[in-house]
Amino acid sequence: MSLLALLGVLSSTIFSGTSLLYATLGEVVTERSGTVNLGLEGVLLISAATGYGVTILTENPFLGVLAAALTGALVNIVFGYLIVIRKANQLAAGLAVMFFGYGLSALIGKPFVGKMISSLPRYMLPGLGEVPLRYSSLFKFDLLIYLVIPITLLIWWLLYRTRWGLGLRAVGENAETAYASGRNPGLIKFQALIVGGFLAGLGAAHLSIAFTMNWAEYMTGGRGFIAIALVIFSKWHPIRAIAGVIVFSGAVAFQLLLQVSGVNISPFILDMIPYVLTIAVLLIWGGTRKHSAPAMLGRVYQGTE
Amino acid sequence: MTQFVSTQPKKISLQSKFLLPLARYGLTILLALLLFAGILIITGKNPIVSYRDLFGATFGSAYGFSEVIVAMIPILLTALAVALPSRIGMINVGGEGQLYLGGIAATFAALAFKDFPGWILLPLMVLMGFLGGALWAFLPAFFRSIGLVNETITTLLLNMIAPKIAGLLVFGFWHSPRETNMTPNFVEAARLPTFFGTRIHLGIVFGLVLLALYWFVMKRTRWGLEMRAIGGNVQAARRNGIPVAKTMLIVFCISGGIAGLGGMAQVSGFYGLLIPNFSPGYGYMGFLISWLAGGDPLGILLMTFMVSVILTGGNMLQITIGIPYAVINLLLAFTLFVVLARPSLPKILKGKTA
Repeated sequence: MSLLALLGVLSSTIFSGTSLLYATLGEVVTERSGTVNLGLEGVLLISAATGYGVTILTENPFLGVLAAALTGALVNIVFGYLIVIRKANQLAAGLAVMFFGYGLSALIGKPFVGKMISSLPRYMLPGLGEVPLRYSSLFKFDLLIYLVIPITLLIWWLLYRTRWGLGLRAVGENAETAYASGRNPGLIKFQALIVGGFLAGLGAAHLSIAFTMNWAEYMTGGRGFIAIALVIFSKWHPIRAIAGVIVFSGAVAFQLLLQVSGVNISPFILDMIPYVLTIAVLLIWGGTRKHSAPAMLGRVYQGTE
Repeated sequence: MTQFVSTQPKKISLQSKFLLPLARYGLTILLALLLFAGILIITGKNPIVSYRDLFGATFGSAYGFSEVIVAMIPILLTALAVALPSRIGMINVGGEGQLYLGGIAATFAALAFKDFPGWILLPLMVLMGFLGGALWAFLPAFFRSIGLVNETITTLLLNMIAPKIAGLLVFGFWHSPRETNMTPNFVEAARLPTFFGTRIHLGIVFGLVLLALYWFVMKRTRWGLEMRAIGGNVQAARRNGIPVAKTMLIVFCISGGIAGLGGMAQVSGFYGLLIPNFSPGYGYMGFLISWLAGGDPLGILLMTFMVSVILTGGNMLQITIGIPYAVINLLLAFTLFVVLARPSLPKILKGKTA
């Protein structure tokens, strides 16, 4: 196997993993506030379609990214209305958002099927000037890739080193106590959803505008659900989410490597890896309380009188 | 739902038992249709014409109506697979995966024993479908019963794995010589019989019988009482000598088996072969329906019918006014949003039943 093929696999792994990391981060933030959003797949689809459409209409991929992120936040606000204001069941509301996403994204994306876009500009990884072009061209990344690790650290800082993050996690653990200590659980849940939706939108934008550079119905292909699995895998922690994404992307890379080297193994088996691993990790923890799920995850906060 | 029932006076009038839910469903549909009309107008379609097409296609002809019934079959079964464990406080998000495993197991029987006569082969496929779904439910139920992992997460994860098993088997082993993405057509003996020259197949009988059985068991048997006791208060049920862990395990496996029957019905009754992605989310639709109906048998039937009308009508919309089929998910989503947001009924309707 040539070095070029190996580097090519590495490069495409980075490209495919980025959108996943953004989406996982977004779900980490919302789940830390006690909200599980099964509709993440739908959020990603709507954001990807909107971002793609705006990029075509304005011919500016950065506006497309912004539109996708805002759309993600907006869809999550709709979800928040159902679960916070109307106190609907989170799982059911999430699945409703999923179907909403299937439908709305198809509608938004329809005029743009098969259209070309000016994708996000890519910049050479610094310090690769000496390397031959056929290698270094693999390491031209767009801004969203360069930003994903700093944003992960930022989210960690927000969650663990600020009062806002403390309040958010408190709501996720015990909304009544958080309320008693002077916080507004409903408002905080909304804030978490907006941040989470924004991040999911960034991920979706990277998928449609920077990585695949097209729009197709159902194009996210289950990434929303992979992200939800990865949140569990990374124990609801933003830094560990990086590890989760690496494991998943590693499986994808492995699959590509096998294809390159001519080994015939069913891609379906490799597609199962992240889910099987997540289940295995869940079993290994086996009900340990430490670092496990936010205590109020998925529960409806009925308000404190 | 339980809150709703408990606040009612003991003597429930006929009116409040039937008219109130009907008014509720009627208003839900009306609101959802209004919202979707907005979408249609934005896309430049005339909503009145579209709705005439949608309802004309489903209620306007015997064929259209029969297609609605056909669409109801898998959803009815997956909804039951959610409703049953919800009575004991277990959340089964895994109907989708259980449906797949049922379809896969039934396909295995259909392909491996294709020389058997129908009266052996079909019951065998039913059994395999049930066992396939039950197996996929056994894992999360077992982990839950020994206190390892909550079943919500595991059933969701197993949903993701199931279609990939179907893909693996179809592409790797079972595909027909000509096409790699589907199995060969099943032999006639492996097909569920159809009725009245339509595509309605025996699966609808499975669904209706199981629905009636569900109602009967919950309302009229000791078992149902025990299950409701567990759902009400696990500690109290345990103190009263009800085998909680065992009941949970059995109920969950049966639920998975019911969803598996849905998969069996789809491959044997509807398609007559196995394709890797044969479910457009029936398991999730079932989850939503069961949740929205609060596990009530009549509500499940009504909601399933409503969703099936939307799905079937959507097919026609695609053909007649040229919008992508996926857009029909919006009408489905609006219906769900309206139910989830629980808008209060107008005062007049409430006043009648108070």
